Amino acid sequence: MIPLKKIHSRFVPLPPENVDTDQIIPARFLKATTREGFGKNLFRDWRYEHDDENRPKPEFVLNQPQYSGEILVAGKNFGCGSSREHAAWAIQDYGFKAVVSSFFADIFRNNSLNNGLLPVTVSDAFLAQIFAQGNEATLTIDLESQSITIDATGQQEKFEINPYKKTCLLNGYDDIDYLLSIRPAIEAFEGQPH
Amino acid sequence: MAKTLFDKIWDKHVVQQVQDGPSVLYIDKHFIHEVTSPQAFKGLEKRGLKVFRPQQVVATADHNVPTINQHLPIKDELSRIQVQQLIENCKKHDIELYGLGHPFQGIVHVIGPELGITQPGMTIVCGDSHTSTHGAFGAIAFGIGTSEVEMVFASQCLLQSHPKLMRINIDGELPDGVVSKDIILYIISKITSSGATGYFVEYAGSAIRALSMEARMTICNMSIEMGARGGMIAPDETTFAYMKGRQFAPGNGQWEEKLEQWKTLFSDEGAVFDKEIFIKAEEIEPMITYGTNPGLGIAINGTIPVADSIPDEGERKNIIKALQYMGLEPGKPLLGMPVQHVFIGSCTNSRIEDLRQVAALVKGRKKNEHVHVMIVPGSQQVARQVKAEGLDKVFAEAGFEVRQAGCSACLGMNEDKIPAGEYCISTSNRNFEGRQGAGARTLLASPLTAAAAAITGVVTDVRDLTPRPPEGGVGKTTKEAIN
Repeated sequence: MIPLKKIHSRFVPLPPENVDTDQIIPARFLKATTREGFGKNLFRDWRYEHDDENRPKPEFVLNQPQYSGEILVAGKNFGCGSSREHAAWAIQDYGFKAVVSSFFADIFRNNSLNNGLLPVTVSDAFLAQIFAQGNEATLTIDLESQSITIDATGQQEKFEINPYKKTCLLNGYDDIDYLLSIRPAIEAFEGQPH
Repeated sequence: MAKTLFDKIWDKHVVQQVQDGPSVLYIDKHFIHEVTSPQAFKGLEKRGLKVFRPQQVVATADHNVPTINQHLPIKDELSRIQVQQLIENCKKHDIELYGLGHPFQGIVHVIGPELGITQPGMTIVCGDSHTSTHGAFGAIAFGIGTSEVEMVFASQCLLQSHPKLMRINIDGELPDGVVSKDIILYIISKITSSGATGYFVEYAGSAIRALSMEARMTICNMSIEMGARGGMIAPDETTFAYMKGRQFAPGNGQWEEKLEQWKTLFSDEGAVFDKEIFIKAEEIEPMITYGTNPGLGIAINGTIPVADSIPDEGERKNIIKALQYMGLEPGKPLLGMPVQHVFIGSCTNSRIEDLRQVAALVKGRKKNEHVHVMIVPGSQQVARQVKAEGLDKVFAEAGFEVRQAGCSACLGMNEDKIPAGEYCISTSNRNFEGRQGAGARTLLASPLTAAAAAITGVVTDVRDLTPRPPEGGVGKTTKEAIN
């Protein structure tokens, strides 16, 4: 995993709530056997008319060139539904490094953390303030200090992250490195009566 | 100290605690399938590792398999490659595979329980959010992502934080025509599709105790649809009777010992939950969803909510967006609305009891000519049982199409899809936009409500269905047909 410390970028707003992983990446695109390349089908059915890449839906934010950046800002309960990690891969493959919302579904949040895609949970009020910004506005997310700032106004909020996960992200470690390092303890556990 | 069912199992599986971090949780059983495992195998191989405990992994092909002509090579190239890769990976890593053509093949959450692999007190994971199904046996079972699949491959463990605990108590007797699918759709409609996020849910109460194992699985299956990591039900005599004699259930030598352990698996009197909800079974009616998340459901004889009356702005916008997608009008009833498709299947409702209920209702009747009806048994074993009981003849006479085992039209990965703009009453678990095919409109309901719509061609209250034509001169009421 690539270490992640600070993100300073414009953002792409996606206000609808309860965005499920079937919208992020529809099941018909889950036939691939690699982790790469899902970005081109990110939000496929919201992005294109009749599944046709030559017919982008102009009202969808990914088709509006005035919006860009490494941060996706989404309505609450983002990533609900299926456990498909392909959703996190698609968001990352498209070029996002963080997703900001006031509420994340559990499995999506875990999947994101396991891939170095930072889920940032903010209050409903702060989320509304971000959405109120124009398309030129930038955000700064600092993992070290666990803060997110709207640069133009200076409004800032702290966000929670598990200290273990924070260390992993800052250093680019993953859980497997850790689990492999404790294999002797796991084997000892297996030997105990249960 | 009084302990919850969850903690009795959790505590026994904690290998160690990461400082300021999660617990290292030991996993007893790991189910895998073709869609969420290939990248995990690749990751493992990149690290030069073999699967750590292959005998604790069981594989099947279900999400991406065709449900006709399963004996022929898969036509879709990408699907074929994915299924082939599962075969090769299982071979390379000595993992038992119940693939296409195997008599045990089927939807992963159907075969685990029916083979007796799923057992009380276990920790069970799978790269699929409906892994919560296995919680019906009093197990901690939850869905994981592919990186976590790789972790379990590498170490048989996962790093997990202790979730908050919720108990949902349902007491009383279910009214006629109301089945377990209605219970869970009712609960989700009450607490919303994110109402249990961060929680692990235990279902309890006399109405739950009265349910069969298969009915309990339907409820636990949809725990994720209210955001819960998993759902569970304490094992009891119903559980033990279901398990006894199953293929991989403990044999005679071990049965008594296991049984003694399993009997200790319940939440102690006075155990504390972070949240408790109480529901009267008598309040529940047959349910149906009108929107694009499983929380947007109403009683079958109710009316679609008027968004203006909803105070929360986000929720109001959700409903407006959902109704637009669904082509439905606020304030109107769903009863009487024509549907073009009925899908009976998925890890929620494709077991033999579901299909028996459907058969009991449709026996001697024909489907409406404007409806296409698809029945997809959850496993090869269910399919064989359908034949053994002659249910296939009932379905054939009714004009229903019976296909082969797989996830099928639940998620629109294979060719079983609902065309854009058309309505499908589905016994599956998700009504998300495009879930059953791009533009498809899904109404979630029980197998009984789905069967009723198959016969009438419109959304129907199963309790209103006229008695069946007399059999040997004796007419049966709908109630008898259901029971």
